[in-house]
Amino acid sequence: MPQMNMIQAINSALDVMLERDASVVLMGEDVGYFGGVFRCTDGLQRKYGEQRVLDTPIAEGGIVGAAIGMGVHGLKPVVEIQFADYAYPAFDQIVSELARLRYRTAGEFHAAVTVRMPCGGGIRGGQTHSQSPEGIFTHVCGIKVVMPSNPYDAKGLLISAIEDADPVIFFEPKRIYSGPFDGEPEKAAVPWSAHPGGEVPAGHYGIPLSRAQIVRAGSQVTVLAYGTMVHVAQAAVTRSGVDAEIIDLRTLAPLDTDTLCESVNRTGRCVIVHEATRFGGFGAELSATVQEACFWNLLAPIERVTGWDTPYPHAFEWEYFPGPDRIAAALVRVMEAA
Amino acid sequence: MMRDSRLHVPHPPARPGQTPDFSYLQISPAGALARPEVTAAFTDIELLATGMVRVLDEQHQAVGPWNPHLEPDELQVGLRHMLLTRLFDQRMQMIQRQGRISFYVRSLGEEAVSVAQTMALRPDDMLFPSYRNQGLHIARGHSLVELMCQCLSNTRDMCKGRQMPVMYHWGSGNIFSISGNLATQYPQAVGWAMAAALKGEDRIAAAWIGEGSSAEADFHHGMTFAAVYRAPVILNIVNNQWAISSFQGVAGGEQRSFAARGPGYGIAGIRVDGNDFLALHAVTAWAAERARRGSGATLIEPVTYRASAHSTSDDPARYRPRDDWQAWPLGDPIERLKQHLIALGEWSTQRHEQLVAQLEAHVVECWMQAQQSGTMTEGPRLDPRTMFEDVLATMPPHLVRQRQQLDRELLAATQDVQPT
Repeated sequence: MPQMNMIQAINSALDVMLERDASVVLMGEDVGYFGGVFRCTDGLQRKYGEQRVLDTPIAEGGIVGAAIGMGVHGLKPVVEIQFADYAYPAFDQIVSELARLRYRTAGEFHAAVTVRMPCGGGIRGGQTHSQSPEGIFTHVCGIKVVMPSNPYDAKGLLISAIEDADPVIFFEPKRIYSGPFDGEPEKAAVPWSAHPGGEVPAGHYGIPLSRAQIVRAGSQVTVLAYGTMVHVAQAAVTRSGVDAEIIDLRTLAPLDTDTLCESVNRTGRCVIVHEATRFGGFGAELSATVQEACFWNLLAPIERVTGWDTPYPHAFEWEYFPGPDRIAAALVRVMEAA
Repeated sequence: MMRDSRLHVPHPPARPGQTPDFSYLQISPAGALARPEVTAAFTDIELLATGMVRVLDEQHQAVGPWNPHLEPDELQVGLRHMLLTRLFDQRMQMIQRQGRISFYVRSLGEEAVSVAQTMALRPDDMLFPSYRNQGLHIARGHSLVELMCQCLSNTRDMCKGRQMPVMYHWGSGNIFSISGNLATQYPQAVGWAMAAALKGEDRIAAAWIGEGSSAEADFHHGMTFAAVYRAPVILNIVNNQWAISSFQGVAGGEQRSFAARGPGYGIAGIRVDGNDFLALHAVTAWAAERARRGSGATLIEPVTYRASAHSTSDDPARYRPRDDWQAWPLGDPIERLKQHLIALGEWSTQRHEQLVAQLEAHVVECWMQAQQSGTMTEGPRLDPRTMFEDVLATMPPHLVRQRQQLDRELLAATQDVQPT
């Protein structure tokens, strides 16, 4: 089976869909001739032509607005927001328009737009190239929110997102574009070829949205994570010696609550991990969901391990980042609680 | 030492109690502006963006190169659509005052914009309206009953009770949904037009916003994308002088016409008498032909006057003279077309009165029919359980659970017990 990193897997998903479906078009800043600042669309304009892989003006609101119009006229636009941090100029078009068009017209109009955006820190991007704004989008009804943690999932989930009848916000954790990152920046980088998730079929396949995956079975505590944090959580579990079950959410909205709650009801403990800021974040929703469904089986308070409630600081990335030590400490705490 | 403020704050020429003053309005004589070829370079026609295309003169004659030479029966159809729009508005305003719908927006005084422009386009061209474009629906023959049922949020409401009144849509009539967030339809219309071009169709898109919301970023996005990709689209800024209580100077209209923004983007701009049915029709047909031939977008500024309140929620007597509209130099679009038809010998006061009576009866009949499907206070009511539909294409489990919870609440309400 071919080995791919996450960039190649995303490129392959786009390639497969451009090939299969004439209504798929790509658009975004620098995605065409140049192939994207992260190379996710490399070679696709050469292969499919500049009519289907469009370089756009630097105007995220215009990109999403135009994509909605294209979607209404039967195309399936896949747009790239160069960094998730740049999504805010498009926020009104996403929240008030894209997410609600089907609802407000009682199904008469809709736009099946996929919005890709690289997210997360650890790349020296400072406070405008490091954010994880998924919680802002999970709060919006009418869109689906996806974040893969490895190349195999990235390709399968992106294909499913493009084929989905609903708009999807597709977050790409850019720290793991090239390899699985366990939260230790001083260690030598590990390539995806050393990870089973780097084995990616060349052809078409989909991974169903709204299905979480248990990536490590365990009995003492359930760790809920997604994106980069899946790998960091695995390192933390190894370090702590706790027999934790790690669940990779993969799709954040609509959420696979059954898999989560079944696990927590079994383990009796839950640690939630995300890189985004804490207050009002997606972890709060996970915590409430688990508490509502699993309260009588909980042996310890639910813990959240997150980024601090500050902007992402350029010079203090690793003090900010919820690394394996911070997660391991939480694992120990929930074990000591009962 | 503090100096006096040098900040310029625009203010309208007249506020309540003052004499209306439209001396700021630059008006070209009818027939004065040349009509260029539709493929003309935008740089060669910049005068169109600052002058004003007008066809009907003071003697009610159609003059000059922009005269579209429409047949009398087409003019009569246009008059009928405009009258029906006005009478529909009148009835709905009254119904709102009776408390039977929650909100309404009239298009009094600017009916020609929607009606003439729609009539100049093909039925399969896609229209992206603002909230004061009910004339689009009427000119394309959308049943008044459907429009009324939307305003009533009743069992026949196209929006299933999810939108405020007037936020219509009509898929089969090629009229897009109204958002309520202003100017969002501009880049969407451009994207639709880009898709049409990509598919090799010769359909075009047209969008309308007011001069007030031309200040939104989406205006800039729409213009930029239209220019970059030469999208086959007509972008209209309906300058009706007022955005709720703010006159057009607050939107940036003091120094330069709104149409003049077109050439700044590399797009043809045309300022047109928005109360002149013939001029509007001619300019829109020109822009449509230009778009279909691949010469790109046109920014049209119909200059008109919002004779009514912004909506049923504001009182214009609080921010402008009561007799402002009476002093408006470009008159009433319906009266002007009526006088033109009379001057042609194709209409009469008597026929006009007959038509008004006939249309009034039609509106009343439609209202009777619309009420059959329920009002806010009487008759059948939409099933509230439908509120969970169409959030996503397939209802996700959490919405199924929430609907079940609502079921229990509704059941408990009928049995007067606490929901479980």
